[in-house]
Amino acid sequence: MNKISIKTSKEDHHIAKLTAVAIGLHVLEALFPSPLPGVKPGLANIITLYVLIQYGVNTAAWVSILRVFASSLLLGHFLSPAFVLSLSGALFSLAALWLAQHLPRQYFSVITLSILAAFAHIAGQLLIVRLWLIPHVGVSYLIPIFALAALVFGFVNGVICLRLMQK
Amino acid sequence: MINFKRASKPLLGDWFVIIASLMVTIYLFQTLWTSAPASQLQIRQADKIMGTYDLNQTRELQIHGPLGDSHISIHQGRVRFKQSPCTNQYCVHQGWLERAGQVAICLPNQISLQLIGEKKPYDSLNY
Repeated sequence: MNKISIKTSKEDHHIAKLTAVAIGLHVLEALFPSPLPGVKPGLANIITLYVLIQYGVNTAAWVSILRVFASSLLLGHFLSPAFVLSLSGALFSLAALWLAQHLPRQYFSVITLSILAAFAHIAGQLLIVRLWLIPHVGVSYLIPIFALAALVFGFVNGVICLRLMQK
Repeated sequence: MINFKRASKPLLGDWFVIIASLMVTIYLFQTLWTSAPASQLQIRQADKIMGTYDLNQTRELQIHGPLGDSHISIHQGRVRFKQSPCTNQYCVHQGWLERAGQVAICLPNQISLQLIGEKKPYDSLNY
């Protein structure tokens, strides 16, 4: 019998560990009820930010997308609307991070990245909601609430990430 | 990469981003959550539009439905069901309507009032 072996680097193991933490946070967060579907702290994004700064945007994209797929499998959302929302949010916030990483670093800390990613996240989700799930202008009524949530949670996650990196 | 780790407090640019996104959020609340004052009233009976009336007047209307006449009064920018032949009187208890997009419906008598502003807001009847 052939033994299949995959060569893994030390970094691969580290990414896997961080992804596991992100999945854990994502699943944990899903346990808490939310007043409005979609308003969530997004704690897993702290890991994405941490990885972005420690390893760069490519690794952050891996961790983020792996987390979306694995969490949806664990929660039973895979390929459901919740999964599509999660994926579009993750892709939009990665795009925002990809652009924002070029900001001058003596003026902008991870808090900026976190807030921009949070806004991009809800933008991606609302786009899917508007185009596919609820194709109605009434959706715009919810935009201010989501924007406020993005601002608050983006800031809080950014501060948490800042503190984490000092350890 | 190194400067990111050294920062322990929000930096100048962070405050800029926080204030900018706060302003965007406030702007969104102002534009998407404030309903304009209504200027016109549209009355429907069953599936027909019975008429569109200017709100800036004082006028009593009687609309005929399957149960009888509903009395509707327009009074300087607002409107209400004044009297209705229906049994539950929900339409009358709804009171005055004054903002664009507000709706009062009398299902038993198949009459609805809808306020229209300069721009028509979300159609809550068909939502």
